[in-house]
Amino acid sequence: MIYRELFIQATYLAASIFFILGLRSLTKAEAARKGMQMAAVGMLLAIIGTLVHHEIVRYDVIAVGLVIGTIIGYPLGMKVPMTAMPQQIAISHVLGAIAATLVGVAEYYTHLQRTGTVETATMAAIGLEVLLGGLTVSGSFMAFGKLQEILPGRPITYRGQNAVNLVVLAGAIGLLIYLVINPAHPALFYTMVGLAFLFGFFLVLPIGGADMPVVISLMNSYAGLAAAATGFAIGNNVLIIAGALDGAAGFILSIVMSKAMNRSFGNVLFGAFGSPAAGGQGKSTEGLKINSITAEDAALRLAYARLVIVVPGYGMAVAQGQHQVRELAELIEKQGGEVQYAIHPVAGRMPGHMNVLLAEANIPYDKLLDIEEVNGEFANADVALVIGANDVVNPAARNDKTSPIFGMPILNADQARSIIFLKRSVNPGFAGIENELFYDPKTSMLFGDAKKSLSALVQEVKAITSGT
Amino acid sequence: MSATAIIEIYVFILAGFVGFLVITRVPPLLHTPLMSAANAISAISLVGSIVAAGSDRNTVSTVLGLIAVTTATANMVGGFLITDRMLKMFRREPDVKPEERK
Repeated sequence: MIYRELFIQATYLAASIFFILGLRSLTKAEAARKGMQMAAVGMLLAIIGTLVHHEIVRYDVIAVGLVIGTIIGYPLGMKVPMTAMPQQIAISHVLGAIAATLVGVAEYYTHLQRTGTVETATMAAIGLEVLLGGLTVSGSFMAFGKLQEILPGRPITYRGQNAVNLVVLAGAIGLLIYLVINPAHPALFYTMVGLAFLFGFFLVLPIGGADMPVVISLMNSYAGLAAAATGFAIGNNVLIIAGALDGAAGFILSIVMSKAMNRSFGNVLFGAFGSPAAGGQGKSTEGLKINSITAEDAALRLAYARLVIVVPGYGMAVAQGQHQVRELAELIEKQGGEVQYAIHPVAGRMPGHMNVLLAEANIPYDKLLDIEEVNGEFANADVALVIGANDVVNPAARNDKTSPIFGMPILNADQARSIIFLKRSVNPGFAGIENELFYDPKTSMLFGDAKKSLSALVQEVKAITSGT
Repeated sequence: MSATAIIEIYVFILAGFVGFLVITRVPPLLHTPLMSAANAISAISLVGSIVAAGSDRNTVSTVLGLIAVTTATANMVGGFLITDRMLKMFRREPDVKPEERK
């Protein structure tokens, strides 16, 4: 009996160590794949350890769950295109949080049924588990809906929204405290679960598409904390450790993302960015002139450039133009030019979104530069090619105190000798803020779908290079 | 508060601390894989789900546990697979050494 327990604890300890090593391997791209495979082995060990537990008798039920779960999980891992990564992550958070919430409910039910009460510390853990789990389920589901464009991406706001949200949250926390003192009130418990769901839904309702990186990171953190709370509830250290690691990862990413937008956490969650209530829309650009350019002229400029810096944004992801970007870059490199990529931390809909897409298109990662590395380079660049990005190059962040994005670190595309925007229209971006860079005399706009524009550029550059 | 609960809180805080030290060093380049990796690891809820589903305590626990095992497994399988798929794509430029950027 003691050997069995030792074996179980050994698998949990090994799993914990493998998880930490796996996350550590992510500090280096070359080591990352091996490290994460090790983490997967750790997960397998933890599962085996749990299966030999003496309380486990219904292997048939577990097997059914494992098989169906694998059938659902396989396409989620192998079939989802890289452009849909933010949605994939959001739906995974939903799945993970459902598990944590249901385990919490099952624990509560079982404790009550067996003893008629729940011990104080356990009740607190179960309460936190279903609270965090519940709000992650509905919050991530909302995020998924917005990312998949089932729901409108713009913030949905109404008068008194923050007050309503606070009341719902306060109600859920109040019930939690009451239940810790008086656990034997199932009706209150289920009301609390319901309020947690409602709060997650309300929380994400007013958050716009451009703020999704923060929301996803935050949900990641909550999903982790819910798992850790499960660990407290059932007295299992591997859950506590893995949950803490996940919670830390999500928390750090949320901070990085908020910083990259120069906004506080609270402002992202309760500020409803870009809503009419946000006030100042920056300088008026009325009466200013836009220079549009044909693909032919743009290609000419690109073909003879010595240094081109590509600034990718969500527009490139939507149009799935990353492969055309690589093709274009190869042609420019063949002509003797150099191509670099400037990646803003919040470009796209999740942390690191652009890096993944460009890596998918076979662009070596040493060319993907982050904001500190690349900002000094723009002054040397002949062309800054901005593909479906807007706010991350908006100089208003630097010099217009009235702009809602004032203070946000931006890519210095305006310092390049010339700037070409590939954009569908001059409409302001997701945040709804005018970009004076569109009207700069150095700027040319190539209007149209990013992928079509890129294909046209590839054709034109090809024509130029074969003609000479 | 019981001794076990205190030890558990220690474990939580220390693990969070290790996580903080390790994860702050992950470069922005790998932030998406980091997120999907962390998400895959959070599928550890599967352990709790297996206990709820397999202990034959009562019908409610078995049914909820079964659903939890299913969703946690989906999260785990999908999470590790897509992380691997992503990391496979990150490669350096062949032979040419990356030139000085500063």
